[in-house]
Amino acid sequence: MTMSSVGSIVSSVKVRRSTTASNIALAVSIVVVIALAIGPFAFLTKGNQQNLVTLFIYIIMGTMWNLLAGYAGMVSIGQQAFIGVGAYGVVYAADQIGIGPVAAIPAALVIAGVIGYLVSFLAFRLSGGYFAIGTWVIAEVIKLVTTQIQTLGAGSGISLTAFSGYKPALRIATVYWMGLASVVIAVAVTYLLMRSRLGTGFTALRDDPTAAATLGVNVTRGKRIIWVVAAMGCGLAGALLAENTLRVQPDSVFSVQLTATMLFIVVIGGIGTIEGPILGALVYFALEHFLIDLGAWYLVILGIVAILMVLFLPQGLWGLISGRGRISLFPTGYRLMTNPATPPAVATQDNAV
Amino acid sequence: MQWANAIVQGVILGGLYALLAAGLSLMFGVMRLVNLAHGALAIVAAYMGMVLVNKTGIPPFATLLIVVPVMALVGWVLQRTLLNTALNRQALAPILVTFGLAVILQNLMLELFTADNQSIDVGSLAGASIQITPDIAVGVFPLITFVVGVFVIAALQLYLAKTTTGRAMRATSDDREAAQLMGIDHRHIYALATAIAVGLVGLAGVFLGVRTQFNPTFGDVTLIFAFEAVIIGGLGSLWGTLWGGIILGVAQVVGAQAFPSSGVLLGHIVFLLVLAFRPTGLFPKVVNG
Repeated sequence: MTMSSVGSIVSSVKVRRSTTASNIALAVSIVVVIALAIGPFAFLTKGNQQNLVTLFIYIIMGTMWNLLAGYAGMVSIGQQAFIGVGAYGVVYAADQIGIGPVAAIPAALVIAGVIGYLVSFLAFRLSGGYFAIGTWVIAEVIKLVTTQIQTLGAGSGISLTAFSGYKPALRIATVYWMGLASVVIAVAVTYLLMRSRLGTGFTALRDDPTAAATLGVNVTRGKRIIWVVAAMGCGLAGALLAENTLRVQPDSVFSVQLTATMLFIVVIGGIGTIEGPILGALVYFALEHFLIDLGAWYLVILGIVAILMVLFLPQGLWGLISGRGRISLFPTGYRLMTNPATPPAVATQDNAV
Repeated sequence: MQWANAIVQGVILGGLYALLAAGLSLMFGVMRLVNLAHGALAIVAAYMGMVLVNKTGIPPFATLLIVVPVMALVGWVLQRTLLNTALNRQALAPILVTFGLAVILQNLMLELFTADNQSIDVGSLAGASIQITPDIAVGVFPLITFVVGVFVIAALQLYLAKTTTGRAMRATSDDREAAQLMGIDHRHIYALATAIAVGLVGLAGVFLGVRTQFNPTFGDVTLIFAFEAVIIGGLGSLWGTLWGGIILGVAQVVGAQAFPSSGVLLGHIVFLLVLAFRPTGLFPKVVNG
């Protein structure tokens, strides 16, 4: 092959980041979000809105846990720490500092981020399975310290009173809109983060650690950024949880069950993709509604399903639907498109940089 | 003297933690697998002991003759089916699978036994104690637990150091491929290690069930305390795990003496301090020791 023929091939190859599917998905997402935003005026009852906030919380939780485990390889069993910090943080900021229920949500997010940054220096001393339990211990410590603080209601918890001047319809709609905005921001930030240099570095690391290290991927710094973002995201979910239920109790907002929920959502939906946790949250939300009468059996069944999926369907439901990543609604990688005259054959699998 | 008493009680409590941690330490040592269902399995054993005592009336210590072999068998089957498969999948699979298993076990126990606190009745032994000094009295049962804990750690250490199978475990741990070339079937070695580990969890679970009240959610703190003992002592060192258990026990009991209701928190803080300043643990493994 002569140099000129190599040149002609190179010139006929284009690098694309979006696909037809992703453009359609973006358009559909915008329509869905707009429809959901006008929902409270048109077709959503107060009960619908509160249920949807729960779904939004699940999507945020799953997205954040997936960011940690699916992209950065960090399995945390302690994300309930930041749910709790966000929930208490929003009550503290709204009621005790007095900045109101809306401004309190970003405030809670910042508190969760700061605490996440500080504890990362302890958690990052461990790796793998011990990292998982270490994060759990940190969550327990944060819970035990919280229950010592009298102004936060000690062991019995605290109620959110900042909404007392609101009519119920306005209160519920406000929380709903905050929840909708939060989901959009959480998914968008995750998507942009994974498309960035940092994200492609992590994808490279996941696919081939040696090659990635050779190319100079700074692992610890990247992991810390992702850890802090996930802490903030879980703080956001906790803040919404507190505003949706108006009550914060240490045993429920710091429950390891919350992290189990994240794990189920991500494993069922599909780990390591943007779409997976969203699909997983929808499935989990639906299952919870239909199987609520089963009590603890529900979690036994979910546990069995999750184990089977980890072992035999590791890419989850989204992997099944997308044909192992051939369709990508939120593509994070680079795709080589050969000659535009030929059908757009995908030369590299998405995410495989 | 109440402080001396707290230290003595803490040391003795540490024996139980070491007993709980031995299996966790062994499984990590042999196959780098952190079993997040470890605590839940201990509670399964505690319920098994309780049901045997309540239904058949056999003495609590006799239940060990049934609980330990059954749990060992459970461990063997678990490794042969679930865990060996998980170890062959992507890196996160063992953590996700064992966490899923913990959720399953905990909720099964909730369905079978409710969330009420239970304990295993040992009759008069529960209240028996030995007066050492006028201010220090040691419960007979906790003392037995401590002795069993020390004995188990010593026996495990000897087993790994002196027997052929123990050497095969260490060889597999050091270099699985090379061990395979020497004719060691790692799947068999792993199953054996997990059988021993879960058998020991069974032993520890029955002692725990006698010593304290428990309910299905108790597996969480059990896992956490066992893990803290392993990390404080230093990864890969069984004697370190014993010391780690003792340090954790002392921190909790002395902490509770100083700040009632904060004993567990102070135990966690000691763990975090070790993590911050001596992340390899206080008694790290001696190379070729």
